[in-house]
This record gives sequence, structure tokens and C-alpha cells, in this order.
Amino acid sequence: MSVILTLALKEFRDGMRNRWVAAAIVLLAGLTLAVALLGSAPVGTTKATPLSVIVASLSSLSVYLVPLIALMLSYSAIVGEAERGTLLLLLSYPVSRWQVIVGKFAGHLAILSVAITLGYGVAAGVAAYPAFSSADIRALFLLIGSSILLGAVFLALGYLLSAIAREQATAAGAAVALWLAMVLLYDLALVGVLLADSGHFISEQLFAALLIVNPADAFRIFNLSQLGVGAVAGLGGLGTTASVPPSVALGSMTLWVLGSGLLALNRFGARQP
Amino acid sequence: MHPGPIPPERKGLGIRLDQLSKAYGREQVLRQISLVAQPGECVALLGPNGAGKTTLFKLMLGLVPPDSGCIEIDGINPAGRAFRPLRSEIGFLPENVSFHDAMTGQEVLRFYARLKGISATACAELLDRVGLAAAASRRVTTYSKGMRQRLGLAQALLGNPRLLILDEPTTGLDAALRKTFFDILRNFKEEGVTIVISSHALNEIEARADRYAILQGGRLTAIGSLSALQQESGLPVRIRLQIPRGETNALHKVVGDRGAPTPSTDGHVTLTCLADQKVGLIRDILASDIQVADIEVRSSSLEDVYAHFASKGLGK
Repeated sequence: MSVILTLALKEFRDGMRNRWVAAAIVLLAGLTLAVALLGSAPVGTTKATPLSVIVASLSSLSVYLVPLIALMLSYSAIVGEAERGTLLLLLSYPVSRWQVIVGKFAGHLAILSVAITLGYGVAAGVAAYPAFSSADIRALFLLIGSSILLGAVFLALGYLLSAIAREQATAAGAAVALWLAMVLLYDLALVGVLLADSGHFISEQLFAALLIVNPADAFRIFNLSQLGVGAVAGLGGLGTTASVPPSVALGSMTLWVLGSGLLALNRFGARQP
Repeated sequence: MHPGPIPPERKGLGIRLDQLSKAYGREQVLRQISLVAQPGECVALLGPNGAGKTTLFKLMLGLVPPDSGCIEIDGINPAGRAFRPLRSEIGFLPENVSFHDAMTGQEVLRFYARLKGISATACAELLDRVGLAAAASRRVTTYSKGMRQRLGLAQALLGNPRLLILDEPTTGLDAALRKTFFDILRNFKEEGVTIVISSHALNEIEARADRYAILQGGRLTAIGSLSALQQESGLPVRIRLQIPRGETNALHKVVGDRGAPTPSTDGHVTLTCLADQKVGLIRDILASDIQVADIEVRSSSLEDVYAHFASKGLGK
């Protein structure tokens, strides 16, 4: 346990010293404030409270930003250490490879949690003060929690890329491609298929299933279902009309964390430093 | 800092390599290496770049599995789970050691100490011992190559190891630090720690190891103590004599076919003989009427021996 804690603390400290992490906090907080200020317009015409609008907007924002930040943190975790030569020394110590992955994961997740909690929580609180209900606060907490879970998915995917790649540059390229594919192209492809199909083969259930298997869409569905604003919130909103239970969305993301994490461990185990 | 005496149960770890082979893809890196290092022995691995020294170290540490053959450190296979606790008792200094640049020297050492389950108090002493106390709170990114190497050495010495595996440890160290390094190494050797060290600097490793193993193209071409390797190589011994000019003929008579005296410009005469003829030849010269003013015997150096076996290895 102390080995994992040592590794996690090191990653956390490295991350906090890294300007990218500070930038991530500023980016998330800045965008939250921007959303809060710009998003104040629709409040007048709907029954939604300011905070619920902010949370809805942030959940859309999170889908793009959180996976990006998570992949940036994780893509070099293994291949970067191998390239620098620090992996060889680390593995000569009484440390198992699973401890290396779990330790790095814990450290990176702590960094993400700090960035998301500070970025969203403080900025949303400031922007919406004092007009928020307990339901809004609950939605904000769920947004923060599910954003961290979404981050965990892409951290694990980043380790998988990092365990497979022979060079750090390859891992970086693969991370960008993965982000594009899962966060942008998947939805576009799904819309294309849906339009071409025009309701012949793809039932509502199949469509919901196709959405839920993508962790980014699962995240969107979860948050919008919490707010009850699905019908006005884009593709993820379509999913909620198929009434996907939030637990299924969380389950999908959790499976992605476990699946990618175990696969990353498997690939790391086969790697010769 | 002195490592302190090692209790009897903490004597050095023995190493046994048996018919060890390893290939990376199509490239055969090690071919049937067999080597035994007794607890407390210091074995130097010599060989050019690409000879397989680093791979051999990785195998000893259980970081890569062999294709065939077996390895035992203290009777345990390093690739197995049972080896993990033993890792705390091994100090490893990789070639061109590198660290996380954002950390300070002290943080780096404390990080590795925690991984070995050692308290942070030992770190300050070690940093002092390798001459990094003043730079302890500076980031590693500001360190010179020599300072990184010293930090690498400090982490290898954490927790009084029973086995030291040192891959080109003196690279980047200046003459004074090399001396300090070998002094530290001698202390550990006296405590009974087993040491496996690789080096390119043959003149500095000479007379510091108990045995020398010469690796060439993944093959062990020779192994033994310096004197055993000198004998095995059949390399000649040079005897330089200072004698009066007129006595060269007399010397020829005494030496016979054993040494072929060659006069040099400074008035000396050099004899070249086989190692096992050396003592007899000197005795005969001193017993004769020749007035010997000075005598100097030079056995083949580690460099000569290495060059001899390396050229033999290439021929294989």
C-alpha cells in the first residue's frame, strides 16, 4: 500500500508542478465562468435556475475537455518513463507493475479531481450565488463526480496507449486520434447512420445502446437525465428520450475504466524495459 | 557515512547464471552465458558496447525473461514473485541513469527510499557521502552529468544492499570522484557485499575486481582473475634491465632462448618472456656476474589481456 501511495504522491506532485495542470484548472474555471455569464440569457425564458443551466452547459463542455486533459496526463505515463530511462530503475525496485499503474492512476485521478472540483465547483458557486436549490447542488456534485469518472476512463485508455506505444510521439498521436474518434467522430458517425437509416433498422433501444457504449455519450446521458433537460440538449438528449437509467450510464463508464485498466496492465506486463 | 558491519545473515547474495540465452527479435544478444559469483565476490563485466552487458543486468534483475537457461540470485529466480522482497537488498545503477527532472535531488532519493521501505533520514547521509549535500534542494534538471551519476550511486546504496549491480558507474565522474567511488565500493566489498560492475575504463577497474568476465558479441570469451587471465592468454612479461653497455653479450648467454634481449635508446635492455619463465629468468640474471643497476617487471595489463581475448572472440 505504501508503494502505491508513494507512486501516487509523486505523480500528484509532478502534476501540480506541471504548468499544464495549472492551465487545466484555469481553463475549466474560466470556461465555467464564461458559460455562467453567457448562459444567463436563456434563464429568463425557461423555468431553469441559473445553476442548472450552468451544469447542463458544463456537462457538454466536460465531454470534450475532461478526456483531453486525462489523455494529456496519461499518454506518456509508461512510454515516457521508458524513453527517459526512469522505468528501468523503477522496476528494479520492489515494485510490481500493477502497483505502478494503480499508483499513477491514483495520482493522476487526484490531479483531475482537484482540477475539476476547483474549476467547476468554485466557479459555478460564484457565478450562481445565491440562487441555487438543493437539487441544483446535487446536480453539480453529480457533474463533478461523473466528470472525474469520465476522466478515469480516459486515464485508463491513456495508460493502455502508453503501454503499447514504442515511442512517446506515437502515444501522443494515438491519444489525439482516440480523443477525436470517441468524443467527436463517434457521434457524427451515429448521426450519419441515423439519417441514412431514417428509422428502418435502428430502433430507439439500439440507438440508446450505441450511445451508452461510448463513455463520452454515457457521461452526457447521465448528467442530462439528472437535470431533466435532455430534450433540449443535443444528441445526448436523444439518448435520454430512450430512458436509459443513469446507473447503466455509470456502469458503462466503470466498465471502460476496468476494461482499459486491465488491458493496460496486461500490455505493460508484456513490455520489456 | 559508513554502511556499518553487515550481520552474518546479511552477507552478499550469490549469483548463478546457467546457459543463459536471450534474443531481441532476430538479434541474438546473449549466447549460453554461464557464470557464478560467490557471495562477497566482485566480478567485472568487460566488453564493447552491444556486447550484451546491459541485457545481462536486466536478466539478473528479473526485468526481462531469458529465452533459455536459468538465473538464480541467492537461489531465487529473479523473474518470479518470490524475488520481490529481495529487490530491497539489491542496489542497481543503470547506464546513463536519469531521473524525473522536476524533482530535487533530495526528493528523488526520498522517493526511492520509500519504495525500498527505508526512512528518509538515511537520504541526507547518502547525499553527503556522494558530495551532493549542497545541491540536495536543487532540481535534478540543473544537475551536471556527474551529479546525476552521483545521485544514481546514492540511490543504489540505499538500505545497505547485499548485491550491487553497477552499469558503467564511473561515466561522467571526474578523477577525484572516481577515487571516492572506488573507496565506497571497497568498503562495501569489505563488508561482504557481492558486486557486479561493468566498465569501459579498464585501467581503473584493474586490480579492483576479484574476477573479470569478457563479453564479446553476447558470448563469454573469458572469465577469471587477472593473473589467471594473464596465464591463459599466454601474453609475454616484459623485464627491463639497466646494465652496463659491455655486458649485453653476457646477458644473451644467460637468457638463451627465453627472452630475446632488445636494447633501447635510454641504455636499458628489455626482455620479453612467458609468464611462467619470469621468476627463473630473473633468478638466473641476478645469480650471474652481470651488474644489474635496476630491474623492472611489467606483466600484461588488463587492457592487454582484454584486447587479446576480444580479438579471439571476434575470430569466433
